[in-house]
Amino acid sequence: MARDARAAALALHRFGLGPRAGAIEAIVSDPRGALIDELDRPAAGLVAAGDLPSSGAANRAVFEFNAERNAKDKLARQRREAAQKFAENASQNTGMENEMAAPPEAPPAMAGQPEPVPLPRQIFLDEAKARFDTAIRAEIGFVERLVWFWSNHFCVNADATVMAGGYEREAIRPNVLGRFADMLQAADGHPAMLLYLNNALSIGPNSVAGINRDRGLNENLAREILELHTLGVRTVYTQADVTNFAKILTGWTIRETASDPDHGGEFVFLRRAHEPGPQTVVGREYPDTGVEQGRAVLADLARHPATARHIATKLARHFVADEPPPALVDRLASRFLETDGDLKEVARALISAPEAWAPEQAKIKRPAEWIVAVLRATGQSGDIQRILGGLNLLGEPLWRPPSPKGFPDDNAAWLDGLAQRLDIANTFAQRIADRLDPPAIAEATIGPLASAETRGAIDRAESKPQALTMLLMAPEFLRR
Amino acid sequence: MPAALLAPTRRALLFGSAAVFTWAYLPRVARAERRDPRFLAIVLRGGLDGLAVVAPVGDPDWRKLRGDKALVLDGQNPALPLDDFFALNPAMPNLYRLYRAGQALVVHAVATPYRERSHFDGQDVLESGLAGPGATDTGWLNRALSALTPGGSAGAGGRQALAIGPITPLVMRGPAPVLSWMPPRLPPVSDDTAMRLLDLYRHTDPAFAGVLEERIGIAAIAHAGGMDARPADGSPAVQTGGIAQVRTYFAEAAGAAAKFLARPDGPRVGALAFDGWDTHVNEGAVKGRLADLLGALDGAIAAIETNMGEAWPDTVVALVTEFGRTAHINGNDGTDHGTATAALFAGGALRGGRVVADWPGLKDADLHDKRDLKPTIDLRSVLKGLLRDHLRVDERPSRGDGLPRQRRRPADRRSPCLTAV
Repeated sequence: MARDARAAALALHRFGLGPRAGAIEAIVSDPRGALIDELDRPAAGLVAAGDLPSSGAANRAVFEFNAERNAKDKLARQRREAAQKFAENASQNTGMENEMAAPPEAPPAMAGQPEPVPLPRQIFLDEAKARFDTAIRAEIGFVERLVWFWSNHFCVNADATVMAGGYEREAIRPNVLGRFADMLQAADGHPAMLLYLNNALSIGPNSVAGINRDRGLNENLAREILELHTLGVRTVYTQADVTNFAKILTGWTIRETASDPDHGGEFVFLRRAHEPGPQTVVGREYPDTGVEQGRAVLADLARHPATARHIATKLARHFVADEPPPALVDRLASRFLETDGDLKEVARALISAPEAWAPEQAKIKRPAEWIVAVLRATGQSGDIQRILGGLNLLGEPLWRPPSPKGFPDDNAAWLDGLAQRLDIANTFAQRIADRLDPPAIAEATIGPLASAETRGAIDRAESKPQALTMLLMAPEFLRR
Repeated sequence: MPAALLAPTRRALLFGSAAVFTWAYLPRVARAERRDPRFLAIVLRGGLDGLAVVAPVGDPDWRKLRGDKALVLDGQNPALPLDDFFALNPAMPNLYRLYRAGQALVVHAVATPYRERSHFDGQDVLESGLAGPGATDTGWLNRALSALTPGGSAGAGGRQALAIGPITPLVMRGPAPVLSWMPPRLPPVSDDTAMRLLDLYRHTDPAFAGVLEERIGIAAIAHAGGMDARPADGSPAVQTGGIAQVRTYFAEAAGAAAKFLARPDGPRVGALAFDGWDTHVNEGAVKGRLADLLGALDGAIAAIETNMGEAWPDTVVALVTEFGRTAHINGNDGTDHGTATAALFAGGALRGGRVVADWPGLKDADLHDKRDLKPTIDLRSVLKGLLRDHLRVDERPSRGDGLPRQRRRPADRRSPCLTAV
């Protein structure tokens, strides 16, 4: 196959996480083939978990941590109150301030000792680091981009749960090149999702628990599965479908942590909270088969044509254009249906579609994509605290989307952050550019795409930091 | 006195052929009995227009050359006379005061051996001290420090080098351990960077141009005469460096360097770099961007003098740039990359109060490549003399035409305690 440097650069920017030194050259003989190769690697999509705790383990550890901290806080409060009483008594006794009135059992001085990172924060940082290390090291990064896409499609919020990182590793990654139906089951049955979308508390009104505790249904998860995860908003479902599906999902909850030190925080189907009886969802009746009732609904939703179209549109919008070419959406939707939601085949169809290789770099890189591209381009390993700080500044805080819909995926949402990107690029360049060769980095990262104006702006910069800033802020680098 | 007579007079003051120029002919660094010399190098990145800092007001071709952009004694912002030929930009009253007190010195029509016009390569030559770019990854100041004889003039901490700023400038990299310190606030995005980016976007990406324009309020400046630089809707403006921020950064960085060098046990040589001198568009030497930057630089010099305290009499500060700019003003009221420029020196250890130059003249035939001020003094010889006379750097390692050569492979020996990078 003919060398195609332009396509190689596009492959890395549009479908990957940006070129590292030598990356364009490495795939120049067959850019499409290189992307497909990445899909075929063993263990593609997985992350080196190392010592990262499972979601359940994280949940239990944080439960213990919080319990201990509460106890400590309570003790400290009692001591303070006791000391205050002691001082008051002492001054009453002597009629003056008693210099000997030291609080009993004063806690040892902590001054000078660095505040330890609280466990929930530490777990978050470890998960974040594992995620970004994987992204920065990826050869092209196509599979990571797919992980990020699906993680955003099935988003949870780290403010609601300590399991956000574990969720991505357990529900998204193993299925990112597998079947959509499996990812749907894994995501919507995961404790993180059940907590985030309140299903853990949803109780069938006619279930044993519902009758005894006078608690009821929570429709949140059922609605978002239909609206966001599968069929898409304003498609083939009604409010009755939402309510019925919510009833089906009652009992999908989380094991209590306090009473279950081995499995607390993990998924459990609680028959006692499950609404009894058959339910109808999108024109089909599901008999009450317990947990299987919900699984059957998810399996049908996963292969519904509306779902195929919804997913195809989102994928095309993410990778290609805000208003994706209808022909591309059609291709992806057909492939999705033909293969019963085989996500690897859908990804392959995306790469094979001519519409996906339009020369115009229509999309603005999302903040995380841009930050990782910056680190890869400059050969930096990245400091996780700085990466997270940058994401916060740019409006894409890790695992903290503004709503269950996830972060927006159109240019308009990210255009306003341009000024903040300039601040970040400027600061970053001042820190490191002096040891780098910005024109060479430009050649290695956007060379085949660069306009004469961009090349000129980099070559004419008055200093290396300015040159690097111009590169990182060049349209060819900001877009993909 | 007719200006035409001044040029030869000026020439007569000089010290013969530039080819044999040596530090010995320069005003000597004062030599006290018990010296503890301090040296701070400030690299001005981007190519400082030497003619706009120290103007040859006595040259008959000067006004013709720069027209209403020429710094003159009888202009709207009158230049400050240094002698009967040169005058200082009025944005630098502190430097002028020091000059009057014999504590500042100008070397003019000076250049490194570099004769091309790339910033990166020019800075590489300036800071490496070698004849060509890319020859080494060490700087002359660090190598000079390594060459200091033990027990020599530098104090206990004297073999340590100081680098101020987010990155250690090349001039300070090398075998001698480097203590680096970063100011709490990094310099903001400069107006220059923002303007260059906006220019790029205007030619390539209208959507980005629109956003950047709005955020940095360029449109507001352009249309309302600089009345308000904030977007009307109150949306956050990008922190492009207002000159106030630049002033603060220059003074903070330079002042911090002085505090380190002033300490009895502190390092004795330091380096830092200030960007922003690449004035291709609207240079504003008399009033405008360059005048503002020179004002900020003057404030940095004042901060150094203040913070050096009792060590000021032992101090020399060198302000050097990779190259000068074209003699003529270009089509955008700016100047393009040139060759010779001015180097500024300040400090209590100087016997200053003089402009040292072998003035080449400004007629077309006098200019380098018919466009730049012609170099008549090699900056390296000035710096070499400074190292020898001020820091007492051993002659041997600096033998030859270059500054001290690298003697061993560099290692990163930043002191961990102060490395804030």
